[in-house]
Amino acid sequence: MTYLGMRADDTSRTVERLEPLLQDAFPDATEVSVVDRTGTGDHFHVTVASSRFDGLSLVDQHRLVYEALSEPLADGTIHELRITTRGVK
Amino acid sequence: MTELADRIKHVIDDEPVALFMKGTPQMVMCGNSHRALEALRRAEAPVTTVDILPDPAIRQELSAQSGWPTIPQVFVRGELVGGADICEELEASGALERTLEEKLGPGYRESREEKVVSVL
Repeated sequence: MTYLGMRADDTSRTVERLEPLLQDAFPDATEVSVVDRTGTGDHFHVTVASSRFDGLSLVDQHRLVYEALSEPLADGTIHELRITTRGVK
Repeated sequence: MTELADRIKHVIDDEPVALFMKGTPQMVMCGNSHRALEALRRAEAPVTTVDILPDPAIRQELSAQSGWPTIPQVFVRGELVGGADICEELEASGALERTLEEKLGPGYRESREEKVVSVL
């Protein structure tokens, strides 16, 4: 994927690529949202609420999100990632 | 262990609070590094910063050691606290100050200073 000349439909495609990765990693999630913060398809804020986070430290909660998004993080699709996690208890 | 890996490990293990960031407190080069630094300042923490920008190997080696893929990274007494989001969240709830009190002692604010060290 190229950053130069990225069109609006490309950026929404990136959001559409990230959401399923999160839904697969957190099948019980009561909330999964991916917001393109800058409209450029590379700065995202993801929010996930899942029972997988119950009892985990914030570091370990965020590690699970990084794990779920390891591929787009590694290939440069995600330039910046903000994370909000919540358990359900 | 390479010398670089060794120096990174020493900063993490030996500094009360270590912040690996883009830039320095005097010239922050990234919004997220700024957010983490400001959260630590609000908690009145002593902070030792390492600029990861001078050599890409710093970031690679740091993430290999911490298992954390992004910058900034904050450690208190050798333990990863998290990145900018976690620091802000912990600071807002008061949990960051509690962690600092537990790990550095109730008088941690007295040793408050900002230090810059190099791992190169």
